[in-house]
Amino acid sequence: MIRINCPVCGSRDENEFTYGGDANVVRPAMDEAETGPWLDYVFMRDNPRGPHREYWHHVMGCRQWLMLERDTLTHEIGDCILARGVA
Amino acid sequence: MSEAVSALNHAEFDGLAHVREIGLQGMITLRGDLKTKAIKNAATKATGLSMPAMNCVETNEANGLCWMSPDELLVMCAYDEVGSTLAKMQKTLGKTHALAVNVSDARAVFQVSGPFAREVMAKLCPVDFSPEAFQPGLFRRSRMAQVPAAFWMCDEQTFQIICFRSVADYVFELLKAAAQHHSEVDYY
Ligand SMILES: [Zn+2]
Repeated sequence: MIRINCPVCGSRDENEFTYGGDANVVRPAMDEAETGPWLDYVFMRDNPRGPHREYWHHVMGCRQWLMLERDTLTHEIGDCILARGVA
Repeated sequence: MSEAVSALNHAEFDGLAHVREIGLQGMITLRGDLKTKAIKNAATKATGLSMPAMNCVETNEANGLCWMSPDELLVMCAYDEVGSTLAKMQKTLGKTHALAVNVSDARAVFQVSGPFAREVMAKLCPVDFSPEAFQPGLFRRSRMAQVPAAFWMCDEQTFQIICFRSVADYVFELLKAAAQHHSEVDYY
């Protein structure tokens, strides 16, 4: 069972949270006219084996958006911080 | 004037623990930066309570203040006092960037009591309900099976649970199932 260390609430069961997407994705500049960068941004994701930075929402808790590192191989959760100000 | 009725109108169940819907409860959501003085004052002056610490609840005979998140408090008062409490809060808030809204009719409140209350709760929530970890004074937002719920303890053997009104029936069924006779686990 995964436990996530919410910076507000402390260690909580994973099923209070919902996955919010890959946190490595960076939105192109709004005046970007090429389709390539937008295609990458919307659809293309890496599928790494190992550490992965991702967004999670403590939806059934303090309702804050979080950014954390999860090892896709072991499900080990690394640093977990508020996403506010990061994205 | 229509008569206000709570979701399950005081439904009760007796089993491993006593479960009942407590009826109408006044509830006001207060959102804003909880570090702001006017917001703190709005909550404390209207209830006569001090600000709850993180993950905690403050209560007195009539009122309650629940810490919901870094930017949200739940103010509890008698159902028929919501109007006047809200007016007091709005006056204290003045032009502060904040939101105070009557949500009483959007919620339902249950009470689970008895020596096995902790067990009944533990069957439904991913929360450590051991007496060392969960005590009166703490306030917890979590889930109850498939729906969000928030709860605290009024005393060593009594839980008060808030859920959305739309799932009141579901929550009551959950609690009844978890509180079935002869279903004790004897964990705590
Ligand atoms: Zn949290």
